[in-house]
Amino acid sequence: MATQALDTSDPYAIPLDKIDVSDPGMYQRDEHWGLFKRLREEDPVHYCADSAYGPYWSITKYHDILEADSNFKAFSSDHGAIALDSERITGATEDATSIASFISMDPPKHDVQRKIVTPAVAPSNIARLEGLMRERTKRILDSVPIGEDFDWVSTVSIELTLMMLANLIDYPLEERAQLKNWSDIISGTPGDGVVESWEQRDRELKIMAGAFLEMREKRRAEEPKSDLISMLAHSPFAQDMSMVDYVANVTTLIVGGNDTTRNSMSGGVLAFHENPGEWAKFKANPDLVDSLVPETIRYQTPVLFMGRLATQDVEMRGKIIRKGDKIAMWYISGNRDEEAIENADSFIIDRERPRQHLSFGFGIHRCLGNRLAEMQLRVLWEEVAKKDWNHIEVLAPPTRSYSNNLRGIDAMPVRIHA
Amino acid sequence: MPKVTYIEADGTEHVVDAPEGISAMEAALTNDVPGIDGDCGGQAACATCHVFVDPDWIERTGHADSEVELPMIELSEGVQDNSRLACQIKLTAALDGLILRMPEAQF
Ligand code: HEM
Ligand code: FES
Repeated sequence: MATQALDTSDPYAIPLDKIDVSDPGMYQRDEHWGLFKRLREEDPVHYCADSAYGPYWSITKYHDILEADSNFKAFSSDHGAIALDSERITGATEDATSIASFISMDPPKHDVQRKIVTPAVAPSNIARLEGLMRERTKRILDSVPIGEDFDWVSTVSIELTLMMLANLIDYPLEERAQLKNWSDIISGTPGDGVVESWEQRDRELKIMAGAFLEMREKRRAEEPKSDLISMLAHSPFAQDMSMVDYVANVTTLIVGGNDTTRNSMSGGVLAFHENPGEWAKFKANPDLVDSLVPETIRYQTPVLFMGRLATQDVEMRGKIIRKGDKIAMWYISGNRDEEAIENADSFIIDRERPRQHLSFGFGIHRCLGNRLAEMQLRVLWEEVAKKDWNHIEVLAPPTRSYSNNLRGIDAMPVRIHA
Repeated sequence: MPKVTYIEADGTEHVVDAPEGISAMEAALTNDVPGIDGDCGGQAACATCHVFVDPDWIERTGHADSEVELPMIELSEGVQDNSRLACQIKLTAALDGLILRMPEAQF
């Protein structure tokens, strides 16, 4: 373990070879921008020899990330490779519950599992959830106070994403606090206020796994329905899905679909507050929602990076990534790469090609929930547009998550001006 | 200029005159043909340009290439024998008259 976190307040004060972008605190302080800009300019494929997670490479430019992400033969997702702290995937103790679903598998096993889950989040099945999402969104937006301070994250973003999640797995809405707790534990990092230690996390995940297995048993005894658990309980292809794979798949859908979408909802409000001209554009033309949604997802970049392990020597920009080396593909950096995206640091809701961003990854692991996430965000902004609010003011800088995995907003005080 | 007909899942047709050398994905995007997203910009890395090649044309376009295109397209919903990623179909004079059908939704 490296002993001390780097002082990242001045990106140019650090010797290039000492740059380490793995400190979760840096993302909580929103202080990573300068370091990544410098890496893109001076050392786009960067080796960090010593970090709290051991040595790793950082890939920081848009097209290099796209190339690495689609090269599943040279870059494996297996063995906990997708996170810097592989305990997150494999667990830390002997008795751990692995959350290694197909997101952390290579073909052919990846493809088999992904195909089984696909129908649950495919556009045809999502359309079924849209009406409910809209009704719930309307209800929440109708109930928020006007002209008074409140927390946008807990009042709107968390409520909406938990509701969707509860529906996706047909979980009692009244017990959604439990879903949030599981989601926080799955994506938590020791020291973030929810997870105390990897050992404690392992214990909690084991309880969660038990609950998921119980749900599958219950669904098996019932008629098939269109929720994910029922689908996995009844699908002929999923009959011999092991308990471990089943739990991991449900877990992935829960984290995959929860924090990421929630943070895009909150990030959009913040981006609008900081860019009143874009808010004015949207108010004048709500049809811009189709480009607004991917732009908020790019601008927030809810998943900071995905990791891989090199299965062979690979040359990138004159550097040799050796077989067995760990790489981190920093979407948060590539999404701000001026060589790929014009005015990349600006929030522009009517970009010409707003869908060309890295937030969902690329290649065979490209986000399976991307249409579901986009639908939820589209419904939210369509319903906000109908409210004819003058301005959603953000009253203080948001409280950001202590994480080097997800780019999160934990709380954000706002006031709506009618 | 090769002429390409894109047919949406509901039957709506879009006829595009495309310059030679660009891909069937680029031709759709630059002519605002709905139903093709092209999120990865043509790198066979997103499969949001999934099309079904008209059976009369599949010999000339060829089938999905096994190294890059096949692993991606195989994960698409509703994949068929004549499925291709439009970004991997380069438009040439020989493809003048090409007919491509779009799936219900890109995913
Ligand atoms: C804005 C919201 C979201 C973002 C930014 C996001 C981001 C990502 C990223 C970057 C990956 C790629 C992993 C890799 O390349 O290794 C991924 C994979 C995945 N996501 Fe999402 N996600 C979002 C929403 C969702 C939702 C709503 C769901 C499901 C309900 C979901 C389920 C998944 C699954 C199952 C995978 C694994 C795919 C595979 O490995 O084949 N995601 N997501
Ligand atoms: S544009 Fe991404 S696969 Fe064709």
